[in-house]
Amino acid sequence: MRVEGRGLLDRRRTVGFRFDGREYVGFEGDTLASALLAEGVRVMARSFKYHRPRGPLTAGHEEPSALVTVGQGEAQVPNVRATVQEIHATLDARSQNRWPSVRFDLMAVNDLLSPFFSAGFYYKTFMWPRRFWEGLYEPAIRRAAGLGALSGRHNADHYEKAFAYCDVLVIGAGPAGLMAALTAARAGADVILADEDMMPGGRLLAEVEEVAGMPGHLWAGETVAALRAMPNVRVMTRTTVTGAYDHGTYGALERVALHLPDPPAELPRECFWRIVAKAAVMATGAHERLIAFPSNDRPGIMQAGALRAYLNRWGVVPGRSVALFGNNDGIHRTARDLVAAGIAVVAVVDSRPGAPASPDYEVIAGGTVTRTEGRLGLRSLTVATPSGERRIEADVLGVSGGWNPALHLACHMNGRPDWREDIAAFVPRPGMVPGLFAAGAANGTFSTAGSLADGARAAGEALALAGLRSAKPEIPKAEDGGYSVAPLWEVRGRGRAWLDLSNDVTTKDVRLAAQENYRSVEHMKRYTTQGMAPDQGKTSNVAALAILADATGRTIPETGTTTFRPPYAPVSIAAMGAGAQGKGFLPQRFTTSHKAAVERGAPMIEAGMWYRASYFPRPGERTWRESCDREVRAVRTRVGVADVSTLGKIDIQGADAPRFLDFVYTNTFSTLPVGRVRYGVMLREDGMVLDDGTSARLGETHYVMSTTTAAAALVMRHLEFVKQAHCPHWDVHLISVTESWAQFAVAGPLSRNLLNSMLASPVDDAALPYMGVAEVTLMGVRARLFRISFSGELGFEVAVPSRFGEALWRDLVARAEALGGGAYGMEALNVLRIEKGFITHAEIHGRVTADDAGLGGMMSRKKDFIGRGAAQREALVSPDREQLVGLRPVQPGRDLTAGGHLFEKGAQPVRENDQGYVTSVCHSPTLGSSLGLGFLRRGRARKGEIVRFVDHLRHADFLVEVTDPVFFDPEGGRARG
Amino acid sequence: MVSLIAKSALDGLVPLTEGNVTLTDWDPGTVTSLSPMRGQEAKVEAALRSAGLGWPGPNATVASGDRAILRTGVGQAFLIGSLPLRLEGLAAMTDQTDGWAALELDGPGATDVLARLVAVDLRMAAFAPGQVLRTGLTHMMSILWRTGPATFRILVFRSMAQTAVHEIHVAMKSVAARAGH
Repeated sequence: MRVEGRGLLDRRRTVGFRFDGREYVGFEGDTLASALLAEGVRVMARSFKYHRPRGPLTAGHEEPSALVTVGQGEAQVPNVRATVQEIHATLDARSQNRWPSVRFDLMAVNDLLSPFFSAGFYYKTFMWPRRFWEGLYEPAIRRAAGLGALSGRHNADHYEKAFAYCDVLVIGAGPAGLMAALTAARAGADVILADEDMMPGGRLLAEVEEVAGMPGHLWAGETVAALRAMPNVRVMTRTTVTGAYDHGTYGALERVALHLPDPPAELPRECFWRIVAKAAVMATGAHERLIAFPSNDRPGIMQAGALRAYLNRWGVVPGRSVALFGNNDGIHRTARDLVAAGIAVVAVVDSRPGAPASPDYEVIAGGTVTRTEGRLGLRSLTVATPSGERRIEADVLGVSGGWNPALHLACHMNGRPDWREDIAAFVPRPGMVPGLFAAGAANGTFSTAGSLADGARAAGEALALAGLRSAKPEIPKAEDGGYSVAPLWEVRGRGRAWLDLSNDVTTKDVRLAAQENYRSVEHMKRYTTQGMAPDQGKTSNVAALAILADATGRTIPETGTTTFRPPYAPVSIAAMGAGAQGKGFLPQRFTTSHKAAVERGAPMIEAGMWYRASYFPRPGERTWRESCDREVRAVRTRVGVADVSTLGKIDIQGADAPRFLDFVYTNTFSTLPVGRVRYGVMLREDGMVLDDGTSARLGETHYVMSTTTAAAALVMRHLEFVKQAHCPHWDVHLISVTESWAQFAVAGPLSRNLLNSMLASPVDDAALPYMGVAEVTLMGVRARLFRISFSGELGFEVAVPSRFGEALWRDLVARAEALGGGAYGMEALNVLRIEKGFITHAEIHGRVTADDAGLGGMMSRKKDFIGRGAAQREALVSPDREQLVGLRPVQPGRDLTAGGHLFEKGAQPVRENDQGYVTSVCHSPTLGSSLGLGFLRRGRARKGEIVRFVDHLRHADFLVEVTDPVFFDPEGGRARG
Repeated sequence: MVSLIAKSALDGLVPLTEGNVTLTDWDPGTVTSLSPMRGQEAKVEAALRSAGLGWPGPNATVASGDRAILRTGVGQAFLIGSLPLRLEGLAAMTDQTDGWAALELDGPGATDVLARLVAVDLRMAAFAPGQVLRTGLTHMMSILWRTGPATFRILVFRSMAQTAVHEIHVAMKSVAARAGH
């Protein structure tokens, strides 16, 4: 219910929203949890394993229980914390992990069966038969246990990634963080102040206290306003810093549109920031911990500090009569605030025998809560007092077991915190993350005055690291109460006492882990799943290890903490991977002929990141094969035009360019005459083939290298490495010119006729012989003309500056068509090269030597080159290696498939008998047969042999003849002209 | 006479405006890569100086009128605009004019847009007008040249022009959408 006159919300600004299909009304600034509690809704979820009714335990981001699903359809987001989600007019939230409803859940039968569901139960029970685990047990268990679910459909919502840089990053805008930001900003530092809440202030929004003579929340508001007015400060609200990484880099998740009723589609829902800071202040506050007493998980049982937050910030009390239970002064503070607001406080159960008495409420000193009742919410509790047992009627129980500094970020680089006996909590050790300075409650300083001073101190250290000096900051006056706590982790009694509400882990589970020798805290965690839920055990970790310490007879510091890893709070994968949806994974690279090809209906195939035309269909052609066959025939009999701009082009200049090429290629390029082109093979350092291609000598000290499309970047990187690492003093200048030139293959018996119709000076065999290169003028444009052929026909490649690419392509295609040919695509290009036995990366796939590919003769013996030594290793020169061969089905009409394997004719087609495999296949319209290239053990010596081809995946099994890899025009007369 | 039609990779893609940020193309004229031959560094520098330029330091540019020289790597710089210089034999040169799509991002929100695209400290103290970087723009290699407090020139591979404009436009819309919220 709402309490009149309490809270910071403007009650004129009402906001409607939906939960589980019902309409509710709250106020602007409400979270889903505060608004539902105000409306009397306490059951918001069912628990993970036992399906117990659950309401919020906290009022903040550490919430383990009140997890809901927000949104519908593909945009639905599971496991949203009701204590974080702000209400808005289109908010449609649903409880999860229940059927049919959150108040009546049939799966709650698990709760009755709980004796069977303790830690390790699944492992022990569902061990055999083994094959049942994956198919039956695991899916069934997962369906029964779990939290929310994704829709399983593609979500097109917009998410974002961004980068930010600053001198000082302040994490958290409570008193310590605000003071740190103010100190750093006044010293002139670029400051980012990130706070996860919708409103900065931290605990100042939740407490009744004064800072600098005014209510704390007003001081926070004024301070933030002052900070926002400074040009060197950036205040980021709704932004949770999720991880500390190397070199002052922090991850942070900003909720950009999750609180808006009708956000524009362009507005990202969340933004994942990478913030790089010279130094950072960790003012992340502290988490109040629960005490493990029997049935401590009912709706209505909450952190005592959360009760103050609901009352003082939102004007909400989640019931009518409140009891409190704890081991420190915080419960008295809650009691005072409640009494002042006119709420009935029925008892304050303080486990400390010397607890202070109060005139306003009854204090049961030295008491503990031993059990609770109430099916869908707390109704009463039983208290053990020094004078006997008492039953108390209350529908709210505020609990405080003390506070744990929220030190997770400080541990993200594997540092371990220190145990502080006086506050019974772990605190960060300085230097755990270089450049990160803890302050305030996160540093174990629990008073407001102490936090303000500590924030200023931490800012001073951060500034010094950032190379700045701070003036002595003026620290405002504030409450400086002490914090007295007497450790109490557990009240033993009948019934389960929960530690981890999110994963339904009880003290019994932890003791069982210890009993079964999972005594290491890391083993206990994995055995019980404590701390492995979306909340990462923020409210349960320390309590669980305290129980483990007790069960194993060790101290808490001896037991130690588990490893805190990023992210500190749940981060949507959608935000981390923002942009990488659909085609956003990689850039698309388009050739200059792309538009023209698409206009002709050419389907595109992705090669690397390039989009290349597969084939150019013509009216009447029903299959790709028909188009491809026609294009192949056009090249073999008339003329074809293909866009080959995607092949890598590397410009190589310098006095040492010739010997550089000799060093990277297996064969020699220093002897290549100017104006000529040579085919070359490059090896990796390990002796395997890296790439093949041609290099043309444009001048004495100037070459242009052509690489395959797939390996263009790889080769460029390789050359840069060789230059920088192996011959840094050579005069060699490398630069990619791939993008500068549009390059088209013009191939076929009529190719020269076509080109001569466009060239300023026609070429003949004398002017441009086979494997020659010339600078020419084509349609008034300076162009490079290469006489090279990947089809085996008389062929050229013509390169013009890319701006002319589209116009030249359209012109070339029109002229080719006038000559009875036309454009050809990747399919035809592939057929043409297989017919000629030319290799691609299907063959040189990374574990093939030059000799395997039939290029052993190109390995110069007169010079050194990259990979030479490694290529001479015994296994790489073995005569038993698989060698490139051609393959042709014995029976016409059979189609080879790439990936199929080769066996001796009479052998069983099993792995042990494997003799090789098929890498490339095509149907050759020229030869009227299926052709294949592949690798066969000692293949070159087996020409004419009949072997068995088996494709186990596509169920093909027939005999093939081993042939030379060059099926067509083995003498090469057609290309030489 | 040139009788082929020249076409920009950005044809039909820009200009775009979202909020206070505009993306347009800019015409660098010609772009030439320069890489001084071994031992010729001083002569190259002197020749550039005689033309009012010079050899820029790492991540720096030297500009004079419409012409500028951008440091683009180890021993490598891009000359924007043509120079009446004879550097044959002194520097390895390639014509890079057609290899790049040249964009200009301008407006008060330009740094916010870029903060979504490049992992670069865009604060004036770290990246001032006149500085240039080679950096990844989302998944693309780019040359980023700051010409004013809120003006950036961006060079991306010509073939990636469409993706670059798309990615930048998404960021522009995203930043513009934040203005009202």
